[in-house]
Amino acid sequence: MTREFNFMIGGEAGQGVQSLGLILSKTLARGGYHIFADQDYESRVRGGHNFFRVRVKDSSVGAIIEQVDLLIALNRESVDLHRGELSDGGIGVFDGGEQEENRKDLVNVPLERLAEESAGDELMTNTVALGAALGLIDYGLEILRGVLTDYFGGKVAEKNLKAAQAGFDYVRKNGPGHFRRRLRPTGEARRMLLTGNDALSLGAIAAGCRFMSAYPMTPASSIMEYFASKEKELDLVMVHAEDEIAAVNMAIGAGFAGARAMTATSGSGFCLMAEGLGMAGITETPVVIINAQRPGPAVGLPTRTEQGDLLFVLHAHHGDFPRAVLAPASVEDAFRIAVKSFNLAEKYQLPVIILTDQHLASSYTTVDRFDLAGVNIDRGQLYSPEKGKETEYKRHKVTKSGVSPRALPGMSKAIVVTDSDEHDEAGHLTEDAGDRNAQVEKRLRKLKGLGREISPPKQYGSDSAEVMLIGWGSSYGALREATDILKREGVDVNLLHLNELWPFPARAVARAMEKAGRCCVVESNATGQLARLIRAETGIEARGQVLRYDGRPLTPAYIVDAVKREGC
Amino acid sequence: MVTMQDYAGLKPAWCPGCGNFGIVRSLNKALVELKIEPHQVLFVSGIGQAGKLPHYTRGNTFNSLHGRPVPPAIGAKIANHELKVIAVSGDGDAYGEGGNHFLHAMRRNHDITYMVHDNQVYGLTKGQASPTSDTGYVTKTTPYGASHPINPVALALSCGVGFVARSFAGDIDHLAETLKAGLQHRGFALVDILQPCVSFNHKNTYDWYRQRVYKLEEEKGYDPADFKAALEKAWEWVDRIPIGVIFQQVSPTYEEQLPALQKGPLVKQELDPGQVERLLDEFV
Repeated sequence: MTREFNFMIGGEAGQGVQSLGLILSKTLARGGYHIFADQDYESRVRGGHNFFRVRVKDSSVGAIIEQVDLLIALNRESVDLHRGELSDGGIGVFDGGEQEENRKDLVNVPLERLAEESAGDELMTNTVALGAALGLIDYGLEILRGVLTDYFGGKVAEKNLKAAQAGFDYVRKNGPGHFRRRLRPTGEARRMLLTGNDALSLGAIAAGCRFMSAYPMTPASSIMEYFASKEKELDLVMVHAEDEIAAVNMAIGAGFAGARAMTATSGSGFCLMAEGLGMAGITETPVVIINAQRPGPAVGLPTRTEQGDLLFVLHAHHGDFPRAVLAPASVEDAFRIAVKSFNLAEKYQLPVIILTDQHLASSYTTVDRFDLAGVNIDRGQLYSPEKGKETEYKRHKVTKSGVSPRALPGMSKAIVVTDSDEHDEAGHLTEDAGDRNAQVEKRLRKLKGLGREISPPKQYGSDSAEVMLIGWGSSYGALREATDILKREGVDVNLLHLNELWPFPARAVARAMEKAGRCCVVESNATGQLARLIRAETGIEARGQVLRYDGRPLTPAYIVDAVKREGC
Repeated sequence: MVTMQDYAGLKPAWCPGCGNFGIVRSLNKALVELKIEPHQVLFVSGIGQAGKLPHYTRGNTFNSLHGRPVPPAIGAKIANHELKVIAVSGDGDAYGEGGNHFLHAMRRNHDITYMVHDNQVYGLTKGQASPTSDTGYVTKTTPYGASHPINPVALALSCGVGFVARSFAGDIDHLAETLKAGLQHRGFALVDILQPCVSFNHKNTYDWYRQRVYKLEEEKGYDPADFKAALEKAWEWVDRIPIGVIFQQVSPTYEEQLPALQKGPLVKQELDPGQVERLLDEFV
């Protein structure tokens, strides 16, 4: 039996819910545990209600669950809202004032008073609560000491540690005897703890991306912030552009000049980038665009999650041109896909879209250290000039593969000309019907080679089953776990999961679907966008559908309940 | 030796008599006189008759979208700052569709030269009013007359531009000299070029401009470093129109301040995944 424990930290914006969640997660990860932690926050700087859930296991974990074993309530509202989610034997830590008694499921700790007494600072209330939580599960404070030192350094860390110690000692002395759940460190672990956005940033930098231009937008902003924070150390450039139109156009300009370049945004920022997308298409300029989805349309639910942009990013811009769309399944996959995206963008000289969502972008997962030796940089066909023949260079030379050798402006005497107007092989604008056809066909021919690079969807479980769940992107962990639960409950079920979506791996999907009894497509949007895509590309209609569009992530329980209810 | 022949481009598809002919000749002259070779230049143009200019000279070319030449020009300049990057727009492109990019490029002081062919009318879409059309200018889209025009020079000054000049397509030598000054300026340089549109603008003609322009270089005591004097000149319009360098002040460019470019152009730096190794530790 695997060991598992679920924490929740609740409070209002400004109370340090996220910092505390991250510190707790890191403390547990260093003690040998696997972590999956998600963030639920409102679009406001102060007030409101935010929570941070930390799921802890002794084996790898890829999804969040609703049940809470230990609630760290930084305000009264968190108790009221989440008490009902406590598991059998679960407990909440809160500051109920002097009047309140401990209850079976609540332990009253004078957080504010202890913060004042121990650290002379009521801002340390949250750290007192963290110390109390670690006291309740008997985790000790040794690992926390190291984490706090790394996080705050020196004096601030010491102050925090005093606060944690106060909370820890208080529950050891006054804590409820009936709470018996224990979670002690199992050993030392050196796993990384990071978000999808972190993994994409690291993957991009490892892939040699040196230029980023972006405009802040939740939930993508941490990518540009990370990139900017490493400008000096790693010779990167991050331009905070005036808007998303500028952001994508700057990245395209940098890509044209020969730097690996990207931008990152969310749905409505991507709307503004749609114009640039087609320009990258017709000028055959490599560029990587990250779209961390949030529920739309328009401003929608700014801080929440959805997979509602699939058909949009596949079709954004007018006219026909090739593009690639990849949707990471997990934090590990995000790193791999970031690297692959830059290679595809340069090999096929086109825009590559990485489609994530708030859930993947801002959820923390523990993963093994990324293997940098395995990162292969493939820049595709770069033109190498033959002396004296540079004047013959044609940027958009018609070739069998559709890929024309790419000269970089200023790097040789070859003159590199391209145009967002239709152009001839030399890049000059033309209205000639023959040139038009040759260029359209050449560009679309690139889809053939590109299609061969797309990995087939992942199949989990048996080769064929009565019910096949189908999903894409960030829901992989939840779907996998839902499959396991359903199987345990006697359902003959397997899973088909897509993370490389365009060019669509139609043959592999059709083959898998033909073997399934019934197919049920599970996705976070209101209209079943993947199901529609599958039908368009394979002609197969999946009868079952599980949709979630309330802005909350798909969880194993949500999927299991819906599958049972829908009778997929 | 660079010659005018090196800059011979395709045959222009502009109307006979178009002000653009003077602009492309002046540009070629400026580049030749500065001894810049075509492969060292990157033209990034927008859409409009001005946007076609790169095809009618010779150099690396990225003919971008309407209103968008400035952002890709910035991206390319940062990727390879050894390139001489020249953005090319018309008045609709620069001051209408591309307005926001224009403001911010000046604020950040990117090291690019921006040529704006300002004919006070839309040419390619056939005669509609532009952001710089004179007040009351009647077109098919402004039947009751155009609203107040944008003043590109005053706008540039208010954005803290380091170099702003105006010249006239009908005076090739003056325009070539002005472009040379812009190309030699370290930082963002705006050259607003009065360009007669022989097909659609029957008000602001060659004669109309000729009767009004006068050269600041010949104005006794005019100092382009004097911001207040420049602001005054910026608002001089209709009866007399000043041409020449209106304001110039060198300040650090965006690119100069980027630590990553200290080791040379980004495009010439090696890509090494191993660099990331130490970043991974921060996540443990």
